[in-house]
Amino acid sequence: MAKKEYAFYPGCSSQTKASSSNYLVSVNSMCKTLDIKLTQIPDWNCCGASIGYAEGGELPRHVLNARNFALAEQHLSGQDVVATCAACWLGARETKERLGASAQLLADTNEALKEAGLSYKGEAEIRHMVEVLIEDLGYEELAKPVVKPLAGLKIAGYVGCQTNRPFGIAGESFENPKYLDKLIETVGAEAVPYDQKVTCCGGALAFSEPEKSQKQIRDIVESAYDHGADMIVTPCPLCQANVEIYQGEVNKRFGTKFNIPVAYYSQLLTVAYGGSAKDAALDGQVIRPTKLEELASKK
Amino acid sequence: MSEANTQAVEKYRNNFLKEVEERVEEGEWVKMCMQCGVCSGSCPFGPHWAHPPQEIFMMIRAGKRDEVLTSDSMWMCTSCYNCIVRCPRKLPITHIMHGLANYAHRLGLAPKGQPTREFGKMFWNNLVATGRVNELKLSLSLYFKDGFSQGIKNAMAMKDVGLGMLKAKRLNPFELFSPHGCKDRKGIHAMLKKAREIEDRRKHLTS
Repeated sequence: MAKKEYAFYPGCSSQTKASSSNYLVSVNSMCKTLDIKLTQIPDWNCCGASIGYAEGGELPRHVLNARNFALAEQHLSGQDVVATCAACWLGARETKERLGASAQLLADTNEALKEAGLSYKGEAEIRHMVEVLIEDLGYEELAKPVVKPLAGLKIAGYVGCQTNRPFGIAGESFENPKYLDKLIETVGAEAVPYDQKVTCCGGALAFSEPEKSQKQIRDIVESAYDHGADMIVTPCPLCQANVEIYQGEVNKRFGTKFNIPVAYYSQLLTVAYGGSAKDAALDGQVIRPTKLEELASKK
Repeated sequence: MSEANTQAVEKYRNNFLKEVEERVEEGEWVKMCMQCGVCSGSCPFGPHWAHPPQEIFMMIRAGKRDEVLTSDSMWMCTSCYNCIVRCPRKLPITHIMHGLANYAHRLGLAPKGQPTREFGKMFWNNLVATGRVNELKLSLSLYFKDGFSQGIKNAMAMKDVGLGMLKAKRLNPFELFSPHGCKDRKGIHAMLKKAREIEDRRKHLTS
């Protein structure tokens, strides 16, 4: 039996050949080493994300999230719901909090859920994978399986917004959260201090307002370079995508020459735990993380 | 102008604050703002707001209904939540901005062609179709929103990004024909239809 079991909410971007499919592959490898069993919530749906409010309003968004909770309660009773995507976690937690605070909203939600043959009781807790790692296992436990310390690798831990605000990780400050730096150090790499750790990448507005968002991305990447980072690491799929894939566009717009790899914490842990580049899905990076690849291929 | 808008104007007359309190998500918090301006100074897109949040709150109290609801300001919100965590009075500012944007959108007052309004609508319709987001279709609908030839231009301008994603196996051309999605789409559509009905009834947004 696995050490820990969770009802898993992977989210749309994690699906095969979607924009954070490499995140899911590396999470699976990391969890295998840590003996964490993730069982996907059957037939889970989208959380509505941060941009769903325009057309989705209030209740329809909460109903989307409540459907996932109801399915988790029905099929994976007693297990915490764990999300890997920052927006999924945030959207789901927000719904859980709102429904917990308003009997009216809860009744309305259940009236709508009935149309899909479901009901929500309010049992399941909603957690982020990072919370599971830090709170349920702890840094010491996470350091034990390290067989290949990532010595010499300088990393800018980019926390961004949605795993940090408004809920955040318990005990962390909003302005300078340390958990990602600690994870980086746990696997033997160096966490470089830099001043754009919690700067917004533009989020969904990277699509609708590219000019404004790319200035954000420029500031983040520039600061990482200025402080000597070899690569950027993040817990959020949208941060990862925005900060990585638009570097070419940022270069065109601002005349910069950025080309810095952006990976997930789970890819770092996977490599440090002895996983191959394939286990860590490093082939999913648009900008090659060469130093991490070299470490992964080292015997 | 929608009928729902005419009815709202009739009902609330000069009391826009009351309208916001009753019909906008978390609107009952607006009167708590003490005008310190930390929200406006903390916003990553702050310089791009015609009226930053603090100003919007005062405008609501001053009854500037048209100016607020037709503004593109709220659409500048990136959902970074800086304003929420820094507000000394703990106002849920991000949610109020989303709520105002949604209300203006539903009343037909939000600026036409506002890119985030359009993208938000595309996003919602995209996810509702199968219960999960189809990233390829979402990108294409964004590129081609202003017609075919503009779409080709947009797609060509972004081809390096697209090819990079394709090479990294994070973009699947076949998503166009056999997309991911939920099994119980019927149930999802029925529950969302019901949710919209209830919300419209509660917020008097019958269209």
